[in-house]
Amino acid sequence: MESANEKYGYILVRFGELSTKGKNKKDFIRQLTRNVKYALSAYPQLEYRNDRDRLYIFLNDTDPVPVSQRLKDVFGIRSFSLAIKCEPEMEAIKQAALYAAQKEWNEGKRTFKVMARRNDKSFPFVSDQINRFVAGRVLHETELKVDVHNPDFPLIVEIHKDAAYIMAHTELGAGGYPVRVGGRAMMLLSGGIDSPVAAYEIMKRGVMIECVHFASQPYTSEQAKEKVLTLAKMLSRYQGPVRVHVVPFTDLQLAIYDHCPENYAITIMRRMMVRIAEELAKKNKCLALVTGESVGQVASQTLESMGVINEVIKLPVIRPVATWDKLEIIAKAREIGTYETSILPFEDCCTIFTPKDPVTKPRSDRAEQYESRFDWKELLDKAVENTETVTMSEE
Amino acid sequence: MIYFDYASTAPVNPKVLELYTQYLHDYFANSESHHPLGTEVSKLLEGSRRKTAALLRVEPSDIVFTSGACEANSLAIKGYAFSHMNRGKHLITTAIEHSSVLNSMKQLEDVFGFEVTYLGVDSEGKIRPEELRAAIRPDTILVSVMMVNNETGSVQPMEEIKQILKEYPTVKLHMDGVQALGKMKIDLNGIDMASFAAHKIHGLKGCGVLYRKKNIELMPLISGGDQEFGIRGGTENACNYAVFGDTLEYALKDMEEYEGHVKECNRYLRERLSAIDGVLINSPDDAIPYILNISCMKLPSEVHMNALGSEGFCISSHSTCHTKKNVLSYVAQEMGITGKRQLGILRISLGNDTTLEECEKLCDAIKENIRKYGIRK
Repeated sequence: MESANEKYGYILVRFGELSTKGKNKKDFIRQLTRNVKYALSAYPQLEYRNDRDRLYIFLNDTDPVPVSQRLKDVFGIRSFSLAIKCEPEMEAIKQAALYAAQKEWNEGKRTFKVMARRNDKSFPFVSDQINRFVAGRVLHETELKVDVHNPDFPLIVEIHKDAAYIMAHTELGAGGYPVRVGGRAMMLLSGGIDSPVAAYEIMKRGVMIECVHFASQPYTSEQAKEKVLTLAKMLSRYQGPVRVHVVPFTDLQLAIYDHCPENYAITIMRRMMVRIAEELAKKNKCLALVTGESVGQVASQTLESMGVINEVIKLPVIRPVATWDKLEIIAKAREIGTYETSILPFEDCCTIFTPKDPVTKPRSDRAEQYESRFDWKELLDKAVENTETVTMSEE
Repeated sequence: MIYFDYASTAPVNPKVLELYTQYLHDYFANSESHHPLGTEVSKLLEGSRRKTAALLRVEPSDIVFTSGACEANSLAIKGYAFSHMNRGKHLITTAIEHSSVLNSMKQLEDVFGFEVTYLGVDSEGKIRPEELRAAIRPDTILVSVMMVNNETGSVQPMEEIKQILKEYPTVKLHMDGVQALGKMKIDLNGIDMASFAAHKIHGLKGCGVLYRKKNIELMPLISGGDQEFGIRGGTENACNYAVFGDTLEYALKDMEEYEGHVKECNRYLRERLSAIDGVLINSPDDAIPYILNISCMKLPSEVHMNALGSEGFCISSHSTCHTKKNVLSYVAQEMGITGKRQLGILRISLGNDTTLEECEKLCDAIKENIRKYGIRK
């Protein structure tokens, strides 16, 4: 008898929402395939083949467990299954299905249901007939029973022109669109819990991100910057290398502190930050800004604050977690593995600049008035000019 | 890079390193083995023990090698408490000890039902000897006091403490001497146990010494064979321990040679720093010159450390063992240093290689940082 690896030699990948995307479909599939290959580049033995709505990965003896794990991070995949490939011919199909069924029996499964699908309409039997033939063989050779409503496992049979695939498990993929099909956006990555989650969500919509981080050394520590870079590295899992623009923000921050009333300091600071982010976005061909803001969470995230902050820029600002509550954000952060890093205790913004009583309903006329007190444009240009860019990736 | 963190650890003396490398290469055997190479290693180890004992003016059999000072402190306090708890379960220490002492005490209180009296300190960080006398009870078995505080350099009145304890022969005295070794003269007369660490005197990490008078019985914390008089189990870190004797010899020589120089650096720092607006000196005048604790009232130490770090200075805010948790210094708290003064603490610690020029640069940097980043409103 052949070894399991020789039998289960393929992973069959099903595409997500993109199946409905009409004329863009080709681009989507091309990008998804590229993303899958990038994600699996640590496994050089893998071979790939596409057709209209499936991607087939030939394992070539590679352990399927880590490969499956990694596939779950690729956006644009609806689901995938470990598959046995055989000749598109009834006897071979029955044989392979029996092998798969016996394997499930050995793992304690007792009931099954055959689900055949005939992509190649020239195959001499219709789906219903295939179901009967395959089930008949399994029932005859094993003690498994059929349960059409609630089977322990499905016995999936897919028949194409050149091959048939037999599967007994389906794993859910990450869903969404392949990263890069949706253009590029500039992510404001703070080092907190929210922004990595927001980054994940926007990438899931197929948008590739670059990140901007504001460093106010010495008020923020070197470790705080390292933490942001670590988070960017974690996010690279979903899109490949992530560029991080580290903006030296100290001088601007000190000028705000010197010239503006304490309760408006954060509003003005955020206005400066989005202005800088917009400049960097334009320079790097990003079409939107993305933030981890959540409505009402802190003083600068009330609708009034968002308005006064947002009005100084033109690019759209996407706020993926705007309506999530903190517990939902934390749950997602844990799921994508950024939570533990986000809660490391390197303060993001020194207490010197944390006003005791920040304004929750700032007014734009006031903000403008305070900004007119100093030459922020020059400081802002200098900050943009001295921005350093680091590329983070997993390897 | 300019190093002002000698109280945390000191660079390894190149002569020590060379000797250690040679030992590692040539003497890998187990010092307990009865073959010729094992015997050689054992000889080196015992030679180091003899040299250490001679330099400290005690007996070789009083010297126990450990993995470091934390272990030495734990072994002295817990090992003594466990083997003498039938005589009494009361211990006395100070509120400003190193965490290895305080946490040993806390464990004895929380888990093993001991009672501990923590003596407070005055504004100079010193205990009041009369308070020690008042704290002694019939069931007191051990007093543990650090000779030099690791954050302020304050020196405890050891002679007065010894005098008091002479009247109570059943109360033994343990001294944490880690920050004193190689920095000032140590007289182990009248002291029953004392802890030291090699890496604070330009030696290797992984080597501590517990001096304990032969007649002091200790319950081992690590069970094993007959190593270290049966007090501490585990195959000896022989090559490491074997270089301690030389490490100590070099350190004591260097102390004689450089003490004047370090004093001069300290004097310079005190003069320049106290002239800066908003800087206060926390170390008392008679602290050891190797540690100078200051407060910058206008600049929180966290920010100041980031700034100094990026300017190439290695310096701590207080004890390095606590900085990760970002908690305020309890030593300062005990000395009555609170509020902004407590928030703005820097511990400058000097070594024999510290130069006046480096001190000048540090003063310039501190002054400039306060001007640039200090609280203005």
